[in-house]
Amino acid sequence: MVAQNIAFGIVAAIMVWGALRVVTVNNVVHAALWLVLVLAGAAAQYVILAAEFIAITQVLVYIGAVMVLFLFGTMLTRARIGAERELNNKSWWLGVPSAGLLLGVLTLALVSGFGDEELPKDAAIVSTEQISDQIFGPYLLPFWALSFVLLVAVIGAIVLARKD
Amino acid sequence: MLVNQFLILGAVLFCIGVYGVIARRNAVMVLMSIELILNSVNLNLLAFALRNGSVDGHVFALYIITVAAAEVGVGLALVLLVYRNRKSIGLEELSEMKG
Amino acid sequence: MFAASEAAAETAAVALKSGWFLENAWIIPIIPAVAFALIIFFGKKLPMKGSELGVLSMLASLVFAAGAGFQWIDRVNGASEEQFIDPVIKTWTWWQSGGFDLTIGQHIDGLSLTVLVVVAFISSLVQIYSLEYLRGDRRYTHFFASLTLFSAGMMNMVIADNMIQLILGWEIMGLCSFMLIGHWWEDGANSRAALKAFFTTRTGDIGLLVGTSILFFSANSWTQEHLGVSGFSIRGLSAWALTGNPGSVAITAGAFALFAACIGKSGQFPLHTWLPDAMAGPTPVSSLLHSSTMVVAGVFLVARLFPVFYEGMNIYGSSMNFITLIGGITIVIAALLAFVQNDIKKVLAYSTVSQLGYMMMGLGAGAWLPAVFHIFTHAFFKACLFLAAGSVSHSGSHHSFDMKKDMGGLRKYMPITFVTWVISTLALCGVFPLSGFFSKDEIIDNVGHAGYDVFMIVGLVGAFMTAAYMTRATYLTFFGEPRGAAAGEHHEEDSHGAHDSHDDHGAHDDHGAHASHGPHESNAFITVPLIILATLAIGAGFLNATPFGEKWENMKKWVEPRPVVVADMDHGSVGEMRGLRTADTMPATTDTVVATEDTIVVMEEGVSGEAKTAPLMAAAAPAESASGEEGHGEEGHGSHSSECGKKTPDAGVCYAPYVKHAPFKWSKAALSMLIVFAGIILSWLVSVQLYTRKAGFFFGLTKRNKLLAAGHAFLVNKYYLDHLYEKIIVRGIAHPIAKGAYWINQNVLDGVVNGAGIGTKGIARWVYRNVDQRVVDGAVNGSGAVARGAGGALRPVQSGKVNQYGALLFAAAAVAGLVLIIINT
Repeated sequence: MVAQNIAFGIVAAIMVWGALRVVTVNNVVHAALWLVLVLAGAAAQYVILAAEFIAITQVLVYIGAVMVLFLFGTMLTRARIGAERELNNKSWWLGVPSAGLLLGVLTLALVSGFGDEELPKDAAIVSTEQISDQIFGPYLLPFWALSFVLLVAVIGAIVLARKD
Repeated sequence: MLVNQFLILGAVLFCIGVYGVIARRNAVMVLMSIELILNSVNLNLLAFALRNGSVDGHVFALYIITVAAAEVGVGLALVLLVYRNRKSIGLEELSEMKG
Repeated sequence: MFAASEAAAETAAVALKSGWFLENAWIIPIIPAVAFALIIFFGKKLPMKGSELGVLSMLASLVFAAGAGFQWIDRVNGASEEQFIDPVIKTWTWWQSGGFDLTIGQHIDGLSLTVLVVVAFISSLVQIYSLEYLRGDRRYTHFFASLTLFSAGMMNMVIADNMIQLILGWEIMGLCSFMLIGHWWEDGANSRAALKAFFTTRTGDIGLLVGTSILFFSANSWTQEHLGVSGFSIRGLSAWALTGNPGSVAITAGAFALFAACIGKSGQFPLHTWLPDAMAGPTPVSSLLHSSTMVVAGVFLVARLFPVFYEGMNIYGSSMNFITLIGGITIVIAALLAFVQNDIKKVLAYSTVSQLGYMMMGLGAGAWLPAVFHIFTHAFFKACLFLAAGSVSHSGSHHSFDMKKDMGGLRKYMPITFVTWVISTLALCGVFPLSGFFSKDEIIDNVGHAGYDVFMIVGLVGAFMTAAYMTRATYLTFFGEPRGAAAGEHHEEDSHGAHDSHDDHGAHDDHGAHASHGPHESNAFITVPLIILATLAIGAGFLNATPFGEKWENMKKWVEPRPVVVADMDHGSVGEMRGLRTADTMPATTDTVVATEDTIVVMEEGVSGEAKTAPLMAAAAPAESASGEEGHGEEGHGSHSSECGKKTPDAGVCYAPYVKHAPFKWSKAALSMLIVFAGIILSWLVSVQLYTRKAGFFFGLTKRNKLLAAGHAFLVNKYYLDHLYEKIIVRGIAHPIAKGAYWINQNVLDGVVNGAGIGTKGIARWVYRNVDQRVVDGAVNGSGAVARGAGGALRPVQSGKVNQYGALLFAAAAVAGLVLIIINT
């Protein structure tokens, strides 16, 4: 358990640092690369949480596909690849109190809600089979709905981005 | 491992994402911040899945990843469209909704 | 008695030597991988901008690879003649999922060491060359980082123990190739070429994934049961293909799918179109990736999983199979295209495609060793040719690659470049005794020997064309009158045209200085690698010089896996199994205790004793084995266990099929030499007519003859394959989808909206008359006044700025959450 806590601590520190860089750096491409770090950290956390399949999916879909989309988006909009001064709003400071307030409330709720509750020790790794049983069993309807969402997203993206 | 360590990590990431959504001017950066938020939610779902010994959280995490992919696709298409029409993806300039 | 035989065999089996470098060969790709990370993070702060890390890591890899190579040779020499040389395999569990282990590891044998040494060696030289060639480039550090990462990827692929690791390396190479082709992406043509290369190879890579999956699901249970490895393991797949009685559908489908990936990566017809465009990258990249190392990845995969292709493609089974067909077509069409190119690098690119066709054809015809040897020799002379072309453009033609416009007569100004170029050209043409002869001629010879007569003729025609187009390129570059930049003309930046401005992009700050003193020889960073490579282009062939007898066939001894039946998990220990084999058919071996049915014969005479005792031992051995010993010595070699690949052995597994070797004949070599020289001389005469005298029969022939003109246009347009891909296939698939979406948008959605609109209008009218006018109006007028007042008060909040809305939303959510908490506690 100690090893897991140490791993959690290291990865969490990296993730928070990376996330802060994502929202503060002045270069779109660098922000995307920092985001990769955060997403990879999240994948590592999933592994600690005994969710291998989700971790793999995270790597494939996020770090693979979504990041490529981001980079393409950056290139296609010819946002400057190098540093930009004005990546932030004039009213960016509004974010600090909003986010701070939200964080305070969330922390308060979590601490009062869960306190020192431990996660079950040496829980078995959730196998892909179990997940698929759930998806294609009780959650089949959402799965269909999701398929339509994806289809609509694909068509929508084509229609929107088409030139003529 | 405490439940809270994951939940609070999720909360921190969520709030960083919120800050990003509010503070960023570039639409692509806003989308990235939204990705941060979605990931923090996933982290919560998986922590709860482990706590409750149920697989449902995993299913929803997968669904969220899917929706996030769709969202980024459509979002970037929109950004592209905005860019074509205005030669800029600064969100500040999109203020037609001004009352 | 059996116990004795077992003990005896144990000693023979244990005798395989190993060594530190062999056992730790996995370090070889780690070194450049670490160097890559260091260059990316700290490169810009280092005194030489990170290039020193790249060069040093490649040299270190080279030392390790060479060390492993020598220890492997030691291992082979220490083993008995007929023993299977076990590859040095190590695995670690990388990832566990659902009780299934994915491993990474090393699979070191002759083949992987050959390619490792080549990659490390060429990479080192190319990086040294790049120190000068890219001096002052704006992305100098990134260039070296990508180059180093590429080497790490290639080496990882080469030592891979399983298909997953191989795919990993394969894709790293694809990525680096993309980054390096598009190194100067500011020029639209370069980034287009990078994308084209990426997409084209990815098209083939689908096959890699599909093929790996097919093979895994077919082979996994067999390999787990017999060898205790997963269905991704390369060793497992080889054994399964030869001994596991694979279903013919599964293995054929798997082999075809994998071959699709090889077609894409190794630029075989019809996916060769990306390779010439890839010349948009800097010349060192063309030299390293797109000629000598990365593009042989496909060939390497076929060689690596040769048993799978052997069974799946039915090699030796008929007079034609898919691999030879693709290889043969590639040889001819690429060579034809090389005739109409004006860009010196594109000539070399098509020549590479054509040579890769030779390798594929050789593998398809079962000429495993010559094909692998051709990878080895081709790497040296093709890298040399590319670097020489780079040297010409760097110092001779003012960064142009156009042979017709900017070159000619350069032999006087650039003697070292000229000499190395000519040596490598002759090696490429396969002139005796340069290295190309020993590999290319062997391929052609073996293809004919294995019964693929048509393809032997294709090979000879290809040799003729190779000689001819290389002569044309040599003539245009180094002979005749200097033209354009070679004559000292100064080019303005923008006068270069579209495709000859590859290397102009700020790579050289000293443009003006260059132009002022015209063509000159390059400096030592460039010439030393050229000289080293040219030396190897001369000498590398002697590692497997078939004409001089078996003593010279070192590569065959070291690299070719022996088709011997080895024990598996069902049939006891390796030693016991070997014992069985020994008792069965194994002829006498040097310094080994050999057990027969009831006697132990101790052989102490060494090799010379073999002949004397052979009849005694050969009682049980097939007759051809004995006769083979007396013959050339090649046919007999390995035939004792020739059941590998022919039928399934009763017990134990095979890792390599028996491959045929053609006996060398001087008459055949003389014939091919004749063809090559005919090509050179004919091409020289035509070149003189066309490019210097500008008169005679051939001059303007394509303009006079309609048929030839059409053929010329066909070639210049590269068989219209690009048009096919871009205009027809891409349009044909992508556009209907978009059109369909648009149609739905216009007709279905609009119809629904319009219909709803009309219906609503009717209802609205009724509501207006009856409800609105009488009841609501009164209320509305009152509430309107209230709303106006409230709206006016809230108006500043509706700033139209999305971010402020977001801030409000989240702040409100936080406040609402706070309220909830307070209520609940």
